[in-house]
Amino acid sequence: MYVTDKILPELPAPSNSKGLIHWFKVNLFNGPFNTLFTLLAAFLLYKIIPPAIEWAFIDATWFADSSSECKLENGDRKDGACWAFITNRFDQIMYGFYPEEERWRPNLAGIMLVLLTIPLFFKKTPKKAWLGGFILVIFPFIAFVLIRGGYFGLEVVDTGKWGGLMLTLIISLVGILFALLFGTILALGRRSSMPIVKSLSVVFIEFWRGVPLITVLFMSSVMLPLFLPEGTTFDKLARAMIGIILFQSAYVAEVVRGGLQAIPKGQYEAAAAMGLSYWKSMFLVILPQAMKLVIPGLVNTFIALFKDTTLVLIIGLFDLLAIIENVLGSDNAWLGFHTEGLVFAAFVFWMFCFSLSRYSMALERQLDTGHRN
Amino acid sequence: MKKSFLLGLATAAIFSTTAQAGTLEDVKKAGVLKCGVSTGLGGFSAADDKGNWKGLDVDVCRAVAAAVLGDASKVKYNPLTAKERFTALQSGEIDMLSRNTTWTLTRDGSLGLNFAGVNYYDGQGFMVTKALGVDSALKLDGAAVCIQAGTTTELNLADYFKANNMKYKAITFDTSDQTIKGFESGRCDMLTSDQSQLYSLRIKLAKPDTAIVLPEVISKEPLGPVVRQGDDQWFNIVRWSLNAMINAEELGLTSKNIKEKKDSKDPAIGRMLGGQGEKLGLDDNWSANIIEQVGNYSESFERNVGSGSPLKIGRGLNALWSKGGIMYAPPIR
Repeated sequence: MYVTDKILPELPAPSNSKGLIHWFKVNLFNGPFNTLFTLLAAFLLYKIIPPAIEWAFIDATWFADSSSECKLENGDRKDGACWAFITNRFDQIMYGFYPEEERWRPNLAGIMLVLLTIPLFFKKTPKKAWLGGFILVIFPFIAFVLIRGGYFGLEVVDTGKWGGLMLTLIISLVGILFALLFGTILALGRRSSMPIVKSLSVVFIEFWRGVPLITVLFMSSVMLPLFLPEGTTFDKLARAMIGIILFQSAYVAEVVRGGLQAIPKGQYEAAAAMGLSYWKSMFLVILPQAMKLVIPGLVNTFIALFKDTTLVLIIGLFDLLAIIENVLGSDNAWLGFHTEGLVFAAFVFWMFCFSLSRYSMALERQLDTGHRN
Repeated sequence: MKKSFLLGLATAAIFSTTAQAGTLEDVKKAGVLKCGVSTGLGGFSAADDKGNWKGLDVDVCRAVAAAVLGDASKVKYNPLTAKERFTALQSGEIDMLSRNTTWTLTRDGSLGLNFAGVNYYDGQGFMVTKALGVDSALKLDGAAVCIQAGTTTELNLADYFKANNMKYKAITFDTSDQTIKGFESGRCDMLTSDQSQLYSLRIKLAKPDTAIVLPEVISKEPLGPVVRQGDDQWFNIVRWSLNAMINAEELGLTSKNIKEKKDSKDPAIGRMLGGQGEKLGLDDNWSANIIEQVGNYSESFERNVGSGSPLKIGRGLNALWSKGGIMYAPPIR
């Protein structure tokens, strides 16, 4: 009888069940249909990607002083992309018509916002609530005075001159801030037991959710001036912002209400049993939990808001897309580079939206208290 | 203190009030002319890389500012979309509108507006591929046509082809950029739109040389500056600022020779450059200021849309009446 006292050494897995080839077999060539689709997809990618790379990078003209450098001698377009169209007018894409010598002001406001926000990302920062409150309540006024001017010897830069990415960011940040504030209040109002508060909230939410944003903007810019007393004009940007805030508040309210409904009744009762007032129980017990639950929904709304800001183009405000489409697109010196402009705008929007969604995922993980399962 | 500061901030940002009736006084008081322009139309009103507005329509704003304020640069441009333009004028947000707006009876009669003149005679035209080898729209029987949907262009095209007993196949698109892409990819033999646009669409082609604009014009689209109804003095100022540019071309006055011609013995030039201002409520230098700072109509045309620009639009209908066109201004005397 043969008894071995040694354990046999592990053999490597058979070559067809590991490694790259195995992965290909299982994931790409698993059966005739999958093989067919893999080949088809590979063919499509081969047809699309190399020309796209060639267009966007290899044959591209990155810098040029005039559009003629993107063209052949007989006036035909060169094959590659003409990024010079973007690089040449980059300042205008960023700031719109904001005067060149005053551009340090929006820059300063932007840097301040970033510096103030960074400490919020670290867990150990003391007095986070105060800092947050400062950013939400005081900072908007500082930013407004800085960017618009008119006080402390700063030259007034009319809102009509604001534009480009700067305007896109201003509209979306102001929109997000106020929509979150009003939306939360509306959500609480809708769940209130007071009949007037409740019905007002319901009417408000259902009204603003029921109309398209484009209508709201049109009303604010085309109809509203006709209702105002003759000769009274009302800043166009302010009108658009109010419209956007009202519209988005309704959406945020419904998202927050979803969170409020997801909190078990026991939490409300426990807070009441502790003797907390309505506001205290809301702000200390219910809302922190509810808000955490609705982060994905909120971020979804904010991304939609960020992209919806491009609609201000139809009322003659020059956000990022409008600058590229209307201002750059109508300059005789650079006609015909429409595609490059749109690709660039898409890239900028994608970058912002993608970082916003990554940030929200990180926030979810950070705030996760294990109720997920 | 803080409260009033914030309140002031809010009011300053949101409301500004102007009186309605005396536009001239308002403009003089403000020291700046609020002029409504297009959000972007190459050659007519477009911003350059420094953010300065330029174009044929912009030059009308500048001419009025030169006449009223003595400085063509004192204009606040208010870029407007097609839908808001009339509201902005009616509500007093702007003092005048110079935004490639077609003069029609409906607009003149029912919107509380007045058209002060015509600064560009536009009309619908055709662009065809050179490969087609035609030189007249009348040879286009059976052609496939790219059109922007929902515009009067569609209607004019149908009328024209019907009147000439020809057939066509319409391929409609949503925006002008899509239309030109359709034309470029060969989906149609010709593209129809207002002539002023055809020229800028042509430059947008990857190979502009493969297309030509046909000479035929099949509709009337007189474009001009617009003011509010009920302020006749202001209406006159805008009308005669434009007329001064056209008359200057006729009299051979340009931004370059205006200084020498000021003492000219020619009675017509003498009448134009002196003594007429007060009838409009302006000072006597009004016309000289326009010509010096903006130039005559021909200078403005060539610089913005004509030979001095990439568009290279010929004068055509917009040539002076004495040179085969219909650009005609009543005399200044």
